[in-house]
Amino acid sequence: MFKQEMKPDEQAMMALRDLYSAYGYQHYKVSKFESYDLYVQNKNFLQSKRVLTFTDTNGRLMALKPDVTLSIIKNTKPTAGMSKVYYTENVYRVPKNADGYQEIMQTGLELIGTVDDYAMAEVLMLAERSLRTISEDYVLDISHIGVLSGLLDSQALDEAQRGEIMVAVGERNLHQLRALCSRFDLPQQFSDTLCAIVSLYGPLDEALTQAETLELPDSCRTAIASLRRLSELLALTGCRNLRLDLSLVSDMDYYNGLVFRGFISGIAAGVLSGGRYDNLMAKMGREQSAIGFALYMDQLERYFARKDEYDVDILLSYCEGCDLAALIRKANELTEAGCSVRIQPEGAGGVHARKKLLMKGTEVTELD
Amino acid sequence: MINIALPKGRLGEKVYGMFEKAGYACPSIREDNRKLTFENPETGVRYFWVKPSDVAIYVERGAADIGVAGKDILLEYSPDVYELLDLNVGKCRMCVAGPKDFRDDPSQTLRVATKFAHIARRYYASQSRQIDIIKLNGSIELAPILGLSDVIVDIVETGKTLLENGLAPLETIVPISARLIANKANYKFKYNEICTMAQRMEQALTQEK
Repeated sequence: MFKQEMKPDEQAMMALRDLYSAYGYQHYKVSKFESYDLYVQNKNFLQSKRVLTFTDTNGRLMALKPDVTLSIIKNTKPTAGMSKVYYTENVYRVPKNADGYQEIMQTGLELIGTVDDYAMAEVLMLAERSLRTISEDYVLDISHIGVLSGLLDSQALDEAQRGEIMVAVGERNLHQLRALCSRFDLPQQFSDTLCAIVSLYGPLDEALTQAETLELPDSCRTAIASLRRLSELLALTGCRNLRLDLSLVSDMDYYNGLVFRGFISGIAAGVLSGGRYDNLMAKMGREQSAIGFALYMDQLERYFARKDEYDVDILLSYCEGCDLAALIRKANELTEAGCSVRIQPEGAGGVHARKKLLMKGTEVTELD
Repeated sequence: MINIALPKGRLGEKVYGMFEKAGYACPSIREDNRKLTFENPETGVRYFWVKPSDVAIYVERGAADIGVAGKDILLEYSPDVYELLDLNVGKCRMCVAGPKDFRDDPSQTLRVATKFAHIARRYYASQSRQIDIIKLNGSIELAPILGLSDVIVDIVETGKTLLENGLAPLETIVPISARLIANKANYKFKYNEICTMAQRMEQALTQEK
């Protein structure tokens, strides 16, 4: 008989915790609020720039935490050595093009300390496993910011021009990129290379081989070589569905090096997002390097929305004046048999049950 | 199966013709009936008509894999989508328009009537100009005539409506045309189909030229 168990999203959450703790990541709990200052200083790091604020009893401006990473960095001590932590927290954001706020369940992990090839491979592997925990039909897109920034650095471009180019890159907008290159008087060869990089997409290993054939500045080559080393390490971990997507852009003020994003078939937006954020660490006055990712569980809730039509196995209704002792005996009998039972007066409604029973006096009849 | 959101109206019909030429025909779409979706399993496509300004929403949220939307809509709502192709149809300009003899007084806040509040705000912010946005949903040209606003920010195709009402385009903000857009996640999972489609559309475009 069907028995109500944990909901699939709760199961996934458990599996993720087990996964992270199996690799020695410790559970980290942060408070719901932070001082608003923390977010003002790092506004562009946040996905949504608008933050929900309130004043505490001392008149200090506080914010409902829109992000967990900043709090974790703030609360880990620079002298404490390496920290490997994971978290499951609610964050609060203002949705795009709308008012009000959303409460979003987010889980993720952060590795703060020394980020070497092994550390990057481990975090990527955990990101891949996280996706696989949720669905077999996933992809993990991987990129290295150094490729694009190396290429852009080869030309004299101002901030605004770089900004426009980055937007077009994120849209895979080749016609716009060509138009921009000619507007900014950039050489044809640069425009061709940029378009080649942006349109490159495919399995990590193969796409890297293609990228290696491109004519690129040295700093881009270094970035590609580091992706190649990662790709080789990841092959040993049995990771699948890894893709190279150099059009993946994240804010260069915060991220540097590796960035990645995970998608699950059937969910319209990315569910996982992460990268290496040494620049953010530096902005916060820290010398360590760091890498991490977050999974947006709110997207998964709908994905896991129960296909099951029933709230309980059995609805046991009773008529007025029925034998309550018999009712209790029947209820015990059913629950002991492993069924979920909802007991309520006849006609109370409000529940979808697989099977409906009605108790009159001491008699139980099945309704259809 | 690729789900394609087409903008209702003349532009959408023209664009469907382009899909047809590129090998994605769906004869049932030409039938006169009240159906909302049209499917052709042979070519692996499903089309549906939606309000032009809604196309980007259908695509961003993944209900459609592919869609055709005007650059005006994309600039106004900045949906998180890929822009794969400029279809070179539905061409027009996003303009600032106003009375033919309009003289700007930089010492005053400029009153701007528009349907495209974000575009207008961004354009004037880039010039550090203080403006008062008056958001309207239609008949924008009426605003400067009745003194509701100093200028308007709107799409100009031929400029005929403006001219007949004593108005003229004053500045071009950006040229507009229809774009082929794709949902970012679905692009990954239907990579080959979507790329083939974009390529075939591009070929059909160059042939037309």
